Amino acid sequence: MKKISKLSIIIIFAFLLSVSCKKEGIGIGPVESVELGEAIDDAKVEKGAATFKLKCTPCHKITVKHVGPVLKDVTTRRKPEWIMNMILNPEEMIAKDPTAKKLLLENNMMKMVRTGISQDEARDILELFRKVDEGKELPDYIKKLDETPKPPETAEQPAAEKK
Amino acid sequence: MRNLKNNIRFSGLLIVFTASLFTSFCGLGGGNGASSKSGGAWITPRYMDEVYAFMSGGYSGQVSINGIPSGRIIKQIPVFSVFPENGYGFDEETKGLLMTSQGFLPWDDSHHPVLSLTNGMQDGRWLFINANNTPRIARIDLDWFETKEIIEIPNSAGNHGSPYITENSDYVFAATRFSVPIPQRDIPIESMSKGEFNGTITMVKLDKDGHMSIDLQVRVPAFHYDKSGCGKAVSKDWCFFTSYNTEQAWKMMEAEASQNDKDYILAFNWKVAQGCISKAKTVPGVHYRNYHPENQPAISEKRTTVKMIDAKDCPGSVYYLPTPKSPHGVDVSPDGELIVGSGKLSAQIAVHSFSKLQKAINDKGAIEKTIDGVPVLKYEATLYGEVQKKEKEAGKDYLCLGPLHTEFDNKGRAYTSCFLSNNIMVWDRKTLDVIEGLQTWYNIGHLSVVGGNTVKPYGKYVIGLDKQAKDRMLPVGPELHHLVQLYDISGDKGVFLNEFPTIGEPHYAQMAPAELLAKKSKKFYNLKDNKHPHATLTEDKARVERKGKEVHAYVTATLTHFKPDKIEVKKGDTVYFHVTNLTQEYDMPHGFAVYGAEFPNLLVMPGQTKSAMWKADNVGVYPFYCTDFCSALHQEMQNYIRVSP
Ligand code: HEC
Ligand SMILES: [Cu+2]
Repeated sequence: MKKISKLSIIIIFAFLLSVSCKKEGIGIGPVESVELGEAIDDAKVEKGAATFKLKCTPCHKITVKHVGPVLKDVTTRRKPEWIMNMILNPEEMIAKDPTAKKLLLENNMMKMVRTGISQDEARDILELFRKVDEGKELPDYIKKLDETPKPPETAEQPAAEKK
Repeated sequence: MRNLKNNIRFSGLLIVFTASLFTSFCGLGGGNGASSKSGGAWITPRYMDEVYAFMSGGYSGQVSINGIPSGRIIKQIPVFSVFPENGYGFDEETKGLLMTSQGFLPWDDSHHPVLSLTNGMQDGRWLFINANNTPRIARIDLDWFETKEIIEIPNSAGNHGSPYITENSDYVFAATRFSVPIPQRDIPIESMSKGEFNGTITMVKLDKDGHMSIDLQVRVPAFHYDKSGCGKAVSKDWCFFTSYNTEQAWKMMEAEASQNDKDYILAFNWKVAQGCISKAKTVPGVHYRNYHPENQPAISEKRTTVKMIDAKDCPGSVYYLPTPKSPHGVDVSPDGELIVGSGKLSAQIAVHSFSKLQKAINDKGAIEKTIDGVPVLKYEATLYGEVQKKEKEAGKDYLCLGPLHTEFDNKGRAYTSCFLSNNIMVWDRKTLDVIEGLQTWYNIGHLSVVGGNTVKPYGKYVIGLDKQAKDRMLPVGPELHHLVQLYDISGDKGVFLNEFPTIGEPHYAQMAPAELLAKKSKKFYNLKDNKHPHATLTEDKARVERKGKEVHAYVTATLTHFKPDKIEVKKGDTVYFHVTNLTQEYDMPHGFAVYGAEFPNLLVMPGQTKSAMWKADNVGVYPFYCTDFCSALHQEMQNYIRVSP
């Protein structure tokens, strides 16, 4: 009798533990947990910056507001899993996740869209965000992500207007 | 929730009510039209239809897709005609699909959609449809629901008996509706009656990816060939073509071509004909084969010859089966045994037997005569029986006047459309006994049962495709719509469920269960697979390039802006806009339009690249903008192009 009640207490305890362990604020999407290294992986950061330049700069800069929100300090605002789910599954996030829903209202109702990047590429971008938020002097290739690219040389600019 | 339930119950009642009204109004009576197992045509919002119906657009040249049983129009697929809604036939990617030996053609008349088959069952890969006016066959891919290929049929005129398909999608067929001089030459029109014209049966081969090429044309006597249907199971090596105007009249055909009380079904053994390809001559036959690779500009190839053989030089490939009178449809039962000829000027449905046909072709006594070397078999030698009018109940005629076309269900029944008596005759395939008549409104042409031409029909629904159905919808000027009527045939008696108007004139439709197609429907083009020579895969590559007087603007579209920010050109330039949609999301197309453009809307799906040409004729600054409401900031999706002297 005693044994049984002890066992049930253990079971109940384990159950409570598992419930409280279920992470909150990780958003909705394919990513349930992310392992973060102690140190920042610079190789990942570099790859992440390259993907970010191609796929995210249409809407984001790092320290300046563009179409989407400023992404500096995003790793302190959000859980790493949430960030990756936002990158990989924005449609559902905006529809269901309370934090993402609020962001939509703060950004002129502009919707973030999927850009077709893989989970690995999203992980690289997360590493880029960690690097930004480390607070150290940033390498040039990251600073450049804030620049507005010059309008492209057009086919026939009147000579007088060329700079 | 309660609301929904009430809704369903209410609509069920409504349908029962309508159905009973309908049967009593139509004077059919007897029918227990009071219950509908399917729960009716009402589709609760959010729930999707059970069946896809692919309708030919007739003189619109397109295909439209309706959901069944709701009848809702889901999509129009542009095929043989340009389509301003998405730029088909105007943009640089699809223009080439409409190239022919007669140049670029912006329109045609599409008639018979036919789904691809494997072992006699729908496999959901492709839909084929014929162009009647300038003979062609198109292949629509059913992952993308887009036209991917069009092949022209030379030495033909009025490609009506087309594109019926063999049991394993080896071939699609084409038959000349109008006999003409073959090869084309200047001869008196009167010589039609002297047998100087010809018809052709064209064997269009499909490779494993669905690519089409002409294997052989068989030259046949100068009748008009109307419709066809291919064998299956025991008769899988055969296809059948109806003919009319066996009188060979060249004028006043409604009188002169309707004299004989029997015309012919042409029975064609394509396996035997295949064996004659090596004997066939190479003859002139200019035709185009246009192919649209995924997310790339269409490739138009001109071919100048075909292989041709006279029917008499390929013995065993062609026989004529006399059939009353100007038969339209010829349809083979699921077991492959019955060949049903619907004689549109008669009151009989003639049913030939495939096994009797097999006996007759080996029996000299069964041959009545030959025409240009083609054996004509005696009517009785191949006849299984005739479906006759029948007194079912005292005082009620079950009469089929002007039978046109027959399909089959999964319960041993056949359904024949009767143009003049405005009904669908339901009869038993074994006994040829009439079971019931379903009233239609009106001038029914073809009909379609779900999977009705396969070895195992899905059944459940039949639709009648009616012509010029006046007095059923609100009038909108002299031009009439055409109407589809839908019946639930899952019970003992057919029950009227729904009716809806169509796009253009649907000559024929094929229906497939949703489960075959819905899951595999593509959602967007993967940018990683975009091999378009003018694609711009990232925003930093958006640019403008000059090649002499030609300017190429490599434009990207994303929510909710275009790049480059501005485009500057010179008066007199020819500008090509190449727009790539960078989004990888199901519901995020963008449009593109520029002031004064001769091309209509470019609708660019996520991951897709589309191009259009614009003449910079006038100095000034002109807007271009997104035409597809893409977000709350869609109105802001706009830039300028500047034209300097
Ligand atoms: C079409 C424009 C667009 C593109 C492309 C885009 N985003 Fe966004 N992003 C937004 C908008 C707008 C929001 C704010 C949420 C909303 O309104 O949908 C956002 C939100 C975010 C957030 C959450 C920010 C926060 O404060 O929590 C992250 C992280 C993010 N984006 C990362 C990315 C990355 C990484 C990419 C490239 C792979 C990317 N985004 C591409 C528009 C875009
Ligand atoms: Cu847009």
